[in-house]
This record gives sequence, structure tokens and C-alpha cells, in this order.
Amino acid sequence: MNQKRRNNTTGTDVLVQDPQLPPVAVEPAAVERAGRWTPAKIALWVAIALLGGVAWVVLAVVRGETVNAVWFVFAAVCTYLIGYRFYSKVIEKFLLKPNDVRATPAEYKADGKDYVATDRNVLFGHHFAAIAGAGPLVGPVLAAQMGYLPGTIWIIVGVVLAGAVQDYLVLFFSMRRGGRSLGQMAREELGVIGGTAALVATLLIMIIIVAILALVVVNALGESAWGVFSVSMTIPIALFMGCYLRFWRPGKVTEVSIIGFVLLIAAIIGGGMVAGTDWGSAFFHLDRTTIAWGIIIYGFIAAVLPVWLLLAPRDYLSTFMKIGTIVMLAVAIIVVRPEITVPAFSEFAGKENGPVFAGALFPFLFVTIACGALSGFHALISSGTTPKLIEKERQTRFIGYGGMLMESFVAIMALVAAVSIDRGIYFAMNASAASTGGTIEGAAAFVNSLGLTGVHLDPSTLAQTASDVGETTVVSRTGGAPTLAVGLSHIMHQLIGGTAMMSFWYHFAIMFEALFILTAVDAGTRVARFMLQDSIGNFVPRFKDTSWRVGSWLCTAVMVAGWGAILIMGVTDPLGGINTLFPLFGIANQLLASIALAVCLAIVAKRGSFKYLWMVALPLAFVAVVTITASFQKIFSPVPAVGYWAQHNAFQGALDAGKTEFGTAKTTAAMEAVVRNTTVQGTLSIIFVVLSIVVIIAALLVTWRAFRNGGGTSNEDPAVPSRIFAPAGFLATAEEKAIRAQWAGRPAGRTPARSGH
Amino acid sequence: MDAAATLAAGARAFTAYVQGVLGEDAYRKYLQHREATHCDEPLLTEREFWRDRMDRQDHNPQGRCC
Repeated sequence: MNQKRRNNTTGTDVLVQDPQLPPVAVEPAAVERAGRWTPAKIALWVAIALLGGVAWVVLAVVRGETVNAVWFVFAAVCTYLIGYRFYSKVIEKFLLKPNDVRATPAEYKADGKDYVATDRNVLFGHHFAAIAGAGPLVGPVLAAQMGYLPGTIWIIVGVVLAGAVQDYLVLFFSMRRGGRSLGQMAREELGVIGGTAALVATLLIMIIIVAILALVVVNALGESAWGVFSVSMTIPIALFMGCYLRFWRPGKVTEVSIIGFVLLIAAIIGGGMVAGTDWGSAFFHLDRTTIAWGIIIYGFIAAVLPVWLLLAPRDYLSTFMKIGTIVMLAVAIIVVRPEITVPAFSEFAGKENGPVFAGALFPFLFVTIACGALSGFHALISSGTTPKLIEKERQTRFIGYGGMLMESFVAIMALVAAVSIDRGIYFAMNASAASTGGTIEGAAAFVNSLGLTGVHLDPSTLAQTASDVGETTVVSRTGGAPTLAVGLSHIMHQLIGGTAMMSFWYHFAIMFEALFILTAVDAGTRVARFMLQDSIGNFVPRFKDTSWRVGSWLCTAVMVAGWGAILIMGVTDPLGGINTLFPLFGIANQLLASIALAVCLAIVAKRGSFKYLWMVALPLAFVAVVTITASFQKIFSPVPAVGYWAQHNAFQGALDAGKTEFGTAKTTAAMEAVVRNTTVQGTLSIIFVVLSIVVIIAALLVTWRAFRNGGGTSNEDPAVPSRIFAPAGFLATAEEKAIRAQWAGRPAGRTPARSGH
Repeated sequence: MDAAATLAAGARAFTAYVQGVLGEDAYRKYLQHREATHCDEPLLTEREFWRDRMDRQDHNPQGRCC
């Protein structure tokens, strides 16, 4: 027996590796030594800190006419580097204490299929592709209403202290539990009530998130023949790729992704030609309600089709597009260096009646930007596939914390793209059709009436922008995606192709956002269906059988009906849709974050690390205050634009008084629609806030009990000594290289500690 | 190493990275695993392996982020 194990109350184990093997971990003393400061290192970090400091001063303090976009990049990257080098290391050293002598699930549960030790840099790309979607591209665009600075600060500071911490913690704790999901961990750590609340919240959040993402796509494709054509072409392209992989060349993933990418570009170019013809513009020019129904029907069919046919090929395409486009945008911003004319704080930073989204900076900025700063949804990914693929425990910092920093950088780039376009155009695109009337004259009159300094919008500017990007109109294209697409085409055409290419870049951006969102719609519906089947299965056991057609179709229909109803509600909402619904999306996402952090708080307390509990308590307290305040304002605010029930009562009162038009609702039917929609939105707000309070109280009780007992029982899998070695970070250190050299002579096949079979 | 060899090595590493992120090396890793464990289950062919991989996703869906 070459293994000694001693369990103590904190659940950490003292392991000894097989002496026959070269080291499986770098000695803690050597880690310390490698981290020792040398004059060169000090100089480097001083330089990074100075550059970051200067960038922040330029963004926040210097009040020029314009600010160059490159300062956003410097401020972000330097802050990320400092957060990663210092804060994440503090979390690693004092809170999580990963132990590379301990085998990860990818090693002790290795099965060659689900549990596979994966190279850290490959897994980083994999994890990043799984967490980054349309969210970080949309939220920052809407938040630009308040000027560039509030959003920038929240994205950068929020990720370092909250978002990346959440991702890192959830990934680590799930890894220590054999890759268990957030729902399972909530049940284990918080008990039945907390666990059930977490489950219900996750299910509702899935519905809300899918509905609002779909609404973003509908708004981007409405009345756009080009967009409808090219996005619908992704379906036959994906089907072709699916068959190619299934029947002709199994496993040739890169090959088929390249073919798919070429077809996708052809679909974008073809879309321009089709939209230019009479029949094309007549056939593909669809109103938003029709497109919404199209997505609902698509969502149902996609979620019941086998994965190989539609979802898997779409996944390959979107991974390919995601990484390619993000790299391209980063290069473009650094090369083009656009000048930003948007003020640091806009006129709406101190008001609560902004046309893009309603509500004051606190708390609504912090729910509008969820993904990119702190995204609860990531907790589902970090407790899904990634923990089953991690090779060594210490790699969780690079993958969990580092991966989230990358996503935050995407959000910063989206913000830069949004603030690089003219403010007049920005507000004309993002104000609801109820305000602009949907015409260029109406939009110009509305924007000019806002009293923004330095903004005078001429209707011809809007017509010119629309024709540049190959659309019939850009007025009231709410949802963030079209604004980002205009911003991206504004930046990219300066790099490649000139004005003639603007319409291509616009539709390229629309296409890749639609691609992410449709994948998320499909996958979200599937996950929600399985959760529903599992829950119903507790009462009607047959539902647990996921290969039972009737059950799975029924549950899919229920889920699609859930998000479909909210989608139709958003599309037909007389008040504008996005500006009333988007806060719900953010609140839902932040609520999930507070559940994830609450679970982490309970786990940390049970580990007995009370001295460092604040690292979890700080982001949890912040996100709890934000979501609860935002929900309370949505429920209790007397301002109709902010409070759902205030709006509800105002319209109900008008109906009772026999009025036939009220505010932006011009008919009795529209007024009744507002009454109905606000009931749904208000009820959801109440449910969200109640669930969130229940989960947080459950976590606080568990934490308090653990504090009184000096710790608690650990639900970690038993520790097994590792028999493999791999470096922890992006680059191998000198010690790691030396150890790798000792392993180099050995046969490639490794002997796992315990077979997975 | 001359420039051409460095470039070729770089291109190879890049291709391997892209394939890794997309998951193309899954079957190769499965074979490696089987070689190391010598268990009695019948070895899947490449075609069977990919079918099985896709079909397992049908029963174990994973969310994609927003």
C-alpha cells in the first residue's frame, strides 16, 4: 500500500503518490520559490500596473472631446492581468487549496468518453466557447445608454471580484465532486428546500433566457429579407454537416467545420443578392410576429430531433465562428483604434427613464450587464462538461478564472463597438417603436427631443446608415444585436473592404449572433425538458425514461410553450418588448449567480475556511442586494416605466375609466395586452425574488451552523492519488518543464488509479 | 531549425489546437484510454464511436451559454 489517507474535518486529504512514478505535482516549496519576486518581475508588474492606471485615468478622469478605444483595451487587459496574477492566486492559496497529488475525475473516473483528461490550453478554448455566447455581446450595448464608464467599470471590476470568482469556485467544487451539476450540489449542500428552490429557479431562468435571446433574434431579423435568408440557410447547412459526419466521414470535425464556414459566408453573400431581387425581398421580408412563430416551431422541432442532425453541427459552426470573430474584432479594434465620442456618463446615468432600458443606474446597470461581469448561467457550464475534462486540480484557476476574464474582454469589445457609433443613431436604433413610430422622421424627432448634448440627428443619416448596411430601416431595431452589428461593420470596414463591405460585415455579425442564439435556444429547451422530465418523474416514474417519445415530446412542448408565450408577448408588446423584458433576463441571470454563490458559501463554510469566507460573501452580498433591489423596484416602484404593477394599475385604471387609448397603446386591445403582459412580468418578478431569498437564507443557515460547529461534513468524492502530471498554467514553469522531462521517457499509456469500467 | 521548419511546426501545433477545441481527437483519446486499461468491453470502431458519442448527448444534454 503506497497510499496513506487521513481525513480531517475540512475534507482535505493528505495523499502520498506512488513512489515508482516521477513527481505528479510540483512541490509546494518549489511553487513558492517560482513565485518569488525578482527585480525583472517587479519591473514587469509595475509597468503593467502603471499602464493600467494611466488607461483608467484617461477613461475616467480626463475629459476630452473624444477618447480612443485603445484605452479600453489597456484598462481591461492590465486589470485582468493583475486580478489573475494576484487575486485569483490569493483565492487559490487560502480558499481552495488545490492539490495536484489528488487525481481529478478525468483521471479516476476515466472512461475515454465523458471523463477524459484534456490538455489545459485546449480545455481553455473549449470552456470559453461553452460560456461565451450572445449575452456579453448584448448587455453592454444596452448599458451604453448611460455612457461608457459605468458599464466599463462594472464589466472589469465585476469580473475580477465576482464573475471570475464564481466560475472558478463552481468549477473547483464540482470537480471535487466528480463533476456534479449545480442542482445536485444545491440539494446536497442546502437541503431539500434550498435545493428545490434552486431547481425551480433554474427551470424558470432557462425559460426566460431562451425567450429573451429569441426576442433579440426576432428584432434583428424583422423586416430584413437579407437576414432572414442567410440565417434560415444555417438550417440546411447544419443538416448537411450532420449527415456528412454521420454517414460519410465520421469524426472529421475540422474538415466539416471549414466546409460549413464557407457555406455560411456564401449564405451571407447570397442573402444580399436574394434580398436585391423582387421575389426575394417579397418572400423573405417577414414581420416580427411571423418570425417569432417560425422560431417557436423551429425550437420545438430542433429540440426533438437527434443531436447529431442539427445541434452538434451547429455547435461546431458556432465554436468556429465565435473564436474567429472575437479574435478578428480584437485585432480590428487595436488596428483601427476608433475614437469614442460618447460621454463617460450620459444624461441618462442619473435618471430612470432612459429609452433603451428603464430604471436607475443602481441597480439596473448591474442586471442589464450580466454576462461579461457576472453570469449565473456559467455556473451550469462550470458544473457540466468542463470539470470532467480537467487534468490537474491547479489548472482550475487558469480555466475557470481565466476563461471568465476572456469573456469579460468580449463584453468590453462589444461595449467599444456600441459606443463607437454615433449617439443619435444609437438611440434611434434602441428606442422602442412606440417612441419612434418606426419611421426615420419620427426617430429623428424623438432623439432630438431627448436633449442630448452634441446630438442632432437628421432623418437622412438614418436612411444612409440603413442603406450602408443593406437594410430597409435601422429605426427601433432594439435588442442590442443590430446595434452591435452596426458598430462591428463600422470598425471592420475601416480594416477590410471599405464602405462597400459594410453591409457584408453587418450581416456577418447578425449571422453569428443568430447562430449562437439558435444553438442556445435548442440546447436550453433540451436541458429544461430533461429537468422537467426528471421532476415529473418523481411522481410519474415513466417520465424519467428519456427515450420515451410521448414524455419527451410533451415536456418539450411545455417548455417551448413557456418561452414561446413570453417571446410572443415581447414581440407584440405595445410598450416595446426589450426595454420592459430585458431587466427580467438580467435579474434571472443574476439570481442564478446568487444561487451558485450561495452554494459556494455553504461549501466554503463546511470546509471551515471562515477567515476567507468574505471572498465568496462579498460577491454574494453584492449580487443579492442588486437582484433583490431590482426585483423590489420592478414590483413596488410607483413609476410606471420601472414598476410592472404600477404600469399594470395605470393601464387597468385607464381601461376602467373607459379610455380607448393610453400612453403608447392606441387601442383598447393594446391596453389589454399591456395589462396582461405586466401581470406576467410582475408575477415572474415576485417568484424570482422569493426564490432568491429562500436560497440565500438556506445558505446562510447552513453557513451559520457550520460556523458554530467549526466546519461540516464534506460531500467531496474520496481522494485518490494521481498518477499523471501536467503543468498548471498557460505556459509551463521551469520546475514543470523539469518534471515533464522525467515523464518523457515513459510509455504514453497511463495506468489510472481506478478503472472506469 | 530553419524558418520553414519552425513555420511548419507552428502550423501543426495550431491545427492540433483547433482540432482539440473542436473535439476531433476524441476517438484517438478513446483508443489511448482503451490501450491503457485493457478492459473487456468490445472496442468501438471509429464510426461506432462517433455515433455513440452523438447519441449519448441525446440523453445527457448540456446547456450553451447565453
